[in-house]
Amino acid sequence: MPPAILCENLVKTFPGRPPVEAVKGLNLTVNIGECFGLLGPNGAGKTTTLEILEGLQDPTSGRVEILGMNWAGQAHIIRQRIGISLQETRLADKLTVREVVTMFRSFYPNGIEADEAIARVSLEEKARSYVVKLSGGQKQRLAVACAIVGDPDLLFLDEPTTGLDPQSRRQLWDIIKSFRDAGKTVMLTTHYMDEAERLCDRVAVVDKGQVIALGTPNELIARLGGQNIIEFSLDGDPALDADRFSKLPSVISARVQTGQFGLTVGEPHLALPALMNELQRAGQSLATLNTRHATLEDVFVNLTGRQLRDAD
Amino acid sequence: MFRYSPLFQLMMARLREFYREPAAVFWVYCFPLLMAMALGIAFRDRPIERITVDIREDAGSSEAITKLKATLAADERLEVKGVTGDEWRKRLRSGKTSLAIVATDKGIELWDEPNRPESVLARHAVEAVVYKQVSKEPAVDEHHLDETGSRYIDFLLPGLLGMNLMGGGLWGVGYVLADMRVRKLLKRFLATPMKRRDFLLSIMFSRMLFTVPEVCALLLFGYVMFDVKNAGSVFSLLTLIILGAASFSGLGLLVASRAKTIETVSGLMNLVMLPMYIVSGVFFSSERFPEAVQPIIQALPLTAMNDALRGVMLEGKTLMEVRGEIFVLAGWGFVPFIIALKIFRWR
Repeated sequence: MPPAILCENLVKTFPGRPPVEAVKGLNLTVNIGECFGLLGPNGAGKTTTLEILEGLQDPTSGRVEILGMNWAGQAHIIRQRIGISLQETRLADKLTVREVVTMFRSFYPNGIEADEAIARVSLEEKARSYVVKLSGGQKQRLAVACAIVGDPDLLFLDEPTTGLDPQSRRQLWDIIKSFRDAGKTVMLTTHYMDEAERLCDRVAVVDKGQVIALGTPNELIARLGGQNIIEFSLDGDPALDADRFSKLPSVISARVQTGQFGLTVGEPHLALPALMNELQRAGQSLATLNTRHATLEDVFVNLTGRQLRDAD
Repeated sequence: MFRYSPLFQLMMARLREFYREPAAVFWVYCFPLLMAMALGIAFRDRPIERITVDIREDAGSSEAITKLKATLAADERLEVKGVTGDEWRKRLRSGKTSLAIVATDKGIELWDEPNRPESVLARHAVEAVVYKQVSKEPAVDEHHLDETGSRYIDFLLPGLLGMNLMGGGLWGVGYVLADMRVRKLLKRFLATPMKRRDFLLSIMFSRMLFTVPEVCALLLFGYVMFDVKNAGSVFSLLTLIILGAASFSGLGLLVASRAKTIETVSGLMNLVMLPMYIVSGVFFSSERFPEAVQPIIQALPLTAMNDALRGVMLEGKTLMEVRGEIFVLAGWGFVPFIIALKIFRWR
């Protein structure tokens, strides 16, 4: 059985002065039945990649196969088997939820009933409401309903929970999980670490148009070498070199950014006393100290030296 | 049966979005009526104004004066008033009368005030009446062309109809498409197996559906308020209207085929429509423009539309007799539609 998505040496260059290389040789394989996340900062090329996979943009070069088919010859069949939700689509304001879903259903030769799709995203109570009256989370769920009403095998979601409140995000996660649990494939982009960790079977960390890390969230975190992070800052903000902490026991790597030190450590109970001694020797006192489990955020910081959120 | 027909669903979506927006309904249906009403009243035919003429009764032979008075009074343009003494001079000076007739031994004197047009008019009228008395050759038989069909409102209504068909076609198609593109709805549709043909047809068909009540309202309004009738056949008129709606929606499709913002599409619309409002004979005949530019004016779709509508409504022409205009209109619908399909930007 072919993979759900296969993408080799994908390149997309937008003409201009200078030309913008949005995607620079990206390779991906997404297996059937997995929830796959493209993780990266804004401008990393996530949306461009997704839109090429969705057949909405043509790649400058590279090979793309969706469910074993290619866009050049089998676009119409692919479209019948995928469902998508764009980053922002303003559906008609003055149509009701049911009317919008019914309209989308009419585009597909096969699919589920419009009311069934509405029920799957728990919008039954809003079925007769105008789209303009929906909250942000409800609109996003409507977008997902439109994406699944054609009973797709593969679902593309571009930043499905961006800008939503925590409760709406959890609701969407449940919807996406139940879709995946039915054996279907999901490909989503996000710049939320927690979303990727909770939802995705595998993630590809994308930066500057390339995949810089690929694996399950746990694998990627384990690849840091240490599962824990010690963060601290010092009184008076002295210009200390981060390197002097990297030799401490159990410390795998150390970095400093705007006065905030971060140590990736394997065993905090070994690293912490050593850190205290080191600070005492240097005559420094702690302003803040914090230890926590490593997240995908740390993976990104470790790989790029930049924070995910302010990397542009 | 229609439940999951894409063409039906797309058309229903357009119709629902339209009638659920009361402001849009007002502008599309009521505004043209208000405009027709305002213009119809402004340019309605005034009753013929009568010219006051004074005649001095206490000079000359009273028999001759009585006869002259009766002759002049028989002319419906003139209002004859008998005065005595020098009263006529005061009245002429103050504009209360336009002309004074004073009989003398030699005949009659006509006193006018050359700076006032109505005074000159009165003089000519009186002279004509007097002249007709004297000379019976050649025999003059007067007729007045005052039938329905020659009034300004009769000329205006087909023009407004054409203007509406153009505005409706361009805005109704062009604006809607640009708006859908801005909202990324076109892109979202593109990602589904929806057939592009179904989509474009739904836009054009729903446009034609909106046109029916719009046109009927205007025609009914013209008939009830101003007694504007259709001299030709209803079939011809209907055919022209449908052809016009299709033609201008093709043009609207072209105008909106690339525009990425509402501002761009509005600008393009105005660029296309404004010159035609002026030169294509909506409010006054396009023949008033110089001969040199006539070939261009005659090739414009709105000129063809207006000429064909007036031909049918005012002169009772058949479709065969306006086939030239029909050909121009069909061309303006078909060619832009084909170009638009080729260059249409979906995202």
